[in-house]
Amino acid sequence: MKQYKEQSSTAPQDAFEYERLENVHPAGWRNPPPADRYSLVVGAGTAGLVAAHAAAALGAKVALIERHLLGGDCLNVGCVPSKAIIRTARLYADVRNAQQYGAHVPGDIHVDFPAAMKRMRGIRARISRADSVRRLSAAGVDVFFGQACFTGTDALTVDGAKLRFNKALIATGARPNTPSIPGLIEAGYLTNENVFDQTELPRRLLVIGGGPLGCELAQAFCRFGAKTIIVQSWPLFLPREERDAAQLLSDAFARDGIEVRLNTRAVNVRVESGEKLVDLVSDDFKSTVAVDAILTGTGRLPNVEGLNLEAAGVEFDKKDGIRVDDFLQTSNRRIYAAGDVCLKHKFTHTADASARIVVRNALFLGRQRMSALTIPWCTYTDPAIAHVGLYVREARERNISVKTFTIPMHDVDRAIADDEEAGFVKIHVKEGTDRILGATIVARHAGEMINEITLAMVAGIGLRTLARVIHAYPTQAEAIKKAADAYNRTRLTPTIHWLLRLWLRWWSPYRQASAGEMSAPDKSEMEPHS
Amino acid sequence: MDEQTLDQLQRAAFGYFLQAVNPANGLIADTSRENSPCSIGVVGFALSAYPVAVERGWMARADAVERSLATLRFFRDSDQSGSPEATGFKGFYYHFLDMHTGARVWRSELSTIDTAFLIAGALTAGCYFTATTPEETELRELVETLYRRVDWRWSQGEAATIRQGWKPECGFLNYGWDGYNESIVLYVLALGSPTHPLGGNCYEAWTATYQWENLYGYDFLYAGPLFIHQFSHAWIDFRGIQDRFMREKRCDYFENSRRATEVQREYARRNPHEFAGYDENCWGLTACDGPTNQMPGLAYERRRLFGYAARGVPYGPDDGTLGGWASLPFAPEAALGAAHIMRQRYPEMLFGERYTSSINPALASADGGAWVSAGHFGLDQGIVVMMIENHRTQLIWRLMRDCPYVGAGLRRAGFRGGWMDRLRLSRSQM
Repeated sequence: MKQYKEQSSTAPQDAFEYERLENVHPAGWRNPPPADRYSLVVGAGTAGLVAAHAAAALGAKVALIERHLLGGDCLNVGCVPSKAIIRTARLYADVRNAQQYGAHVPGDIHVDFPAAMKRMRGIRARISRADSVRRLSAAGVDVFFGQACFTGTDALTVDGAKLRFNKALIATGARPNTPSIPGLIEAGYLTNENVFDQTELPRRLLVIGGGPLGCELAQAFCRFGAKTIIVQSWPLFLPREERDAAQLLSDAFARDGIEVRLNTRAVNVRVESGEKLVDLVSDDFKSTVAVDAILTGTGRLPNVEGLNLEAAGVEFDKKDGIRVDDFLQTSNRRIYAAGDVCLKHKFTHTADASARIVVRNALFLGRQRMSALTIPWCTYTDPAIAHVGLYVREARERNISVKTFTIPMHDVDRAIADDEEAGFVKIHVKEGTDRILGATIVARHAGEMINEITLAMVAGIGLRTLARVIHAYPTQAEAIKKAADAYNRTRLTPTIHWLLRLWLRWWSPYRQASAGEMSAPDKSEMEPHS
Repeated sequence: MDEQTLDQLQRAAFGYFLQAVNPANGLIADTSRENSPCSIGVVGFALSAYPVAVERGWMARADAVERSLATLRFFRDSDQSGSPEATGFKGFYYHFLDMHTGARVWRSELSTIDTAFLIAGALTAGCYFTATTPEETELRELVETLYRRVDWRWSQGEAATIRQGWKPECGFLNYGWDGYNESIVLYVLALGSPTHPLGGNCYEAWTATYQWENLYGYDFLYAGPLFIHQFSHAWIDFRGIQDRFMREKRCDYFENSRRATEVQREYARRNPHEFAGYDENCWGLTACDGPTNQMPGLAYERRRLFGYAARGVPYGPDDGTLGGWASLPFAPEAALGAAHIMRQRYPEMLFGERYTSSINPALASADGGAWVSAGHFGLDQGIVVMMIENHRTQLIWRLMRDCPYVGAGLRRAGFRGGWMDRLRLSRSQM
């Protein structure tokens, strides 16, 4: 396990980078003189920023400490830059498939990787404005740059200054977990922390790890034109997701031209003649691949080092992070934790939600539980894989009888029109009821679609009600309505069906008789509408 | 399709075992292709098919006994050291064996599912050949020996469920039998063992991975490829018997396979990829041979072709290839209708009166016919023989109902109802 080491960016220092750094860590920044006592936030990633803004808005005297860049991983080396380059990569994929859409692209397709990265830097700079130090200061937050180090249960030092606190939040995030492969460090490798600094597309790329980051970037770089191999130690990608979702992703990768090596481990790396040679093992099959760059995406480790948490009486584990209860309180009752440093689900929106819980629980004697949240997530591959709530396996392990309503995307008109038929909507309900336990969506826009299910779950809306919600036609989200309609059809038991037929048999002659008593309609009224 | 045609098909399928056997050791080739090794799973189908042949008068009883004995003796005497060139280990056998020496080939895995098919075939033979002659007595003793020495518990490794395989070079493979699949027969045999039964809640742990889905209007225990809904049914009569899962769903595995067949038909009717030939009478996405882009003439085919692969519904892979001709007992009308119409449309799917592994109507050959898998695969022929027989006389099902190990395995898996209750009642009255 490596100690946190600040990596200096090798990205081109253009106007975009200048703007971003001016927002998230301005050169020449001077920390303010400390106030008497603070509501203190350590770490200015998503959780820290949300908590600092919320607490300040509610009238607390807030200090926010960041050792590197405001905005954390999400803004600087995570969601924002990755989604920006994924969008460009998808465009290249669409252009290559233009013929499939009945379109013609004249000439060869030339990939301008530096331009894609420049676009990403521009987007990152723009979004960084929302996280800027000036905005924090204007909100009344005292921002301190430097390494926080606890000196007791209610105090810490940063950059030589001593800060005391009534309540504190630790939100120091997580960092890439470097796999212990002999020769990897010597050969050099990329992680999310430096991959977005690249200005040149590697001709051949090996991605180690089939988790969300590895899958997203493997597909993006492949679509930019890198000959990409992805190795994953498990027999399926995204081991937590449903088998079908992982299988569809494997198929999509193969279509893109990614060389998929499942059930495979990288066991050694060496450099020869400027090439990185990586030895791979799959069961008893051994092989060596030659690549120009290696990207690792094998999980994340919480940032708990250097904080002197022992002095603060905060229990932690180097692998699982800071120990918190369901109210996100640590073993020191003054101190809470939120975000990647303590949570299993390391997502930006989870960090955001956990920070809001901490503000309520720490400052207003709240008793909000983390476990009460309904948390969706999405891996932004193409097709994307989104999930919320329970998996079938989890429900069955809890002895909940589950039934799944499945709609393949090839049954959805808009997906057919868009030529985006790979995928499905699966909604899990408690057997015999319409209560939604969870859902998995595989679709090009699964991340947008899952929100409807999340809303339904949080609001306690069942499939029966969802069936009454009119969905605009044609949309891919109509798949959700179709699943709800499928549920409704299962309510039509043979008995109910028999009763309905009985009713209609009785009602039809009556209606005909009534109609006969009325005067014959004008013929023109019976003409069909054109 | 009339009874005579059905009989012709069944007999032709059985003929594979006569052509592909090494009479010296009873081993059967995996395929009819040149230099094919033996597949132990196919041997299990052959052992199950010999009683059918005796009943139908295609083979003398003595001949069937002799072939079965040769097979069982070979496996009893085989090298069980688990070395890379052995035949087996812990009572299991490597998936592919040299047809002559019986040694492991292709660095294949010690296969739990194919061993289960082999042992199921042996038990079928043991239940059929019940005469007190020295030969049939020896046959039954050999079956006992082979079954009792399989260390099913070992096959769990340290996991909650049975592993798919083991190799001397790397130990257990990284795959388990998770999600509904063809392995009920494996679990039943493993639970019924008097010597090395599975430990813990292995069956419950496996069924915890089941997914009960409503797809195309059918509620069923989901699995994509058709063969998953067929293979265990070749030996076990699942009509009316239920484990905990099926009791909860008010269904049984037989009915489930019928619904799975209907889902296949519905997929073919919808035909999302618009492949030639697909409709409600032309269906069957399953594990089968198929064309590849490397084949001469197909190198420039735009769509991706998958070769031998487990094709499934509704998520594929689907390259227009159809196979899996064995849903007869579950959906006789649909299966017979499809068999009739497909034969009319694609007479080339029968090669030497025997079903080939698969056809692909979307890839027309030079003469305008569908692409057809070359030669024959033993598993395809075995399942055809057994499923036609179960449809016609339920012979295999009846034999295995009387197998005490199958009964014990089913009970330990939580099955009850139907013929199991009737059998218990009749035994208690004796």
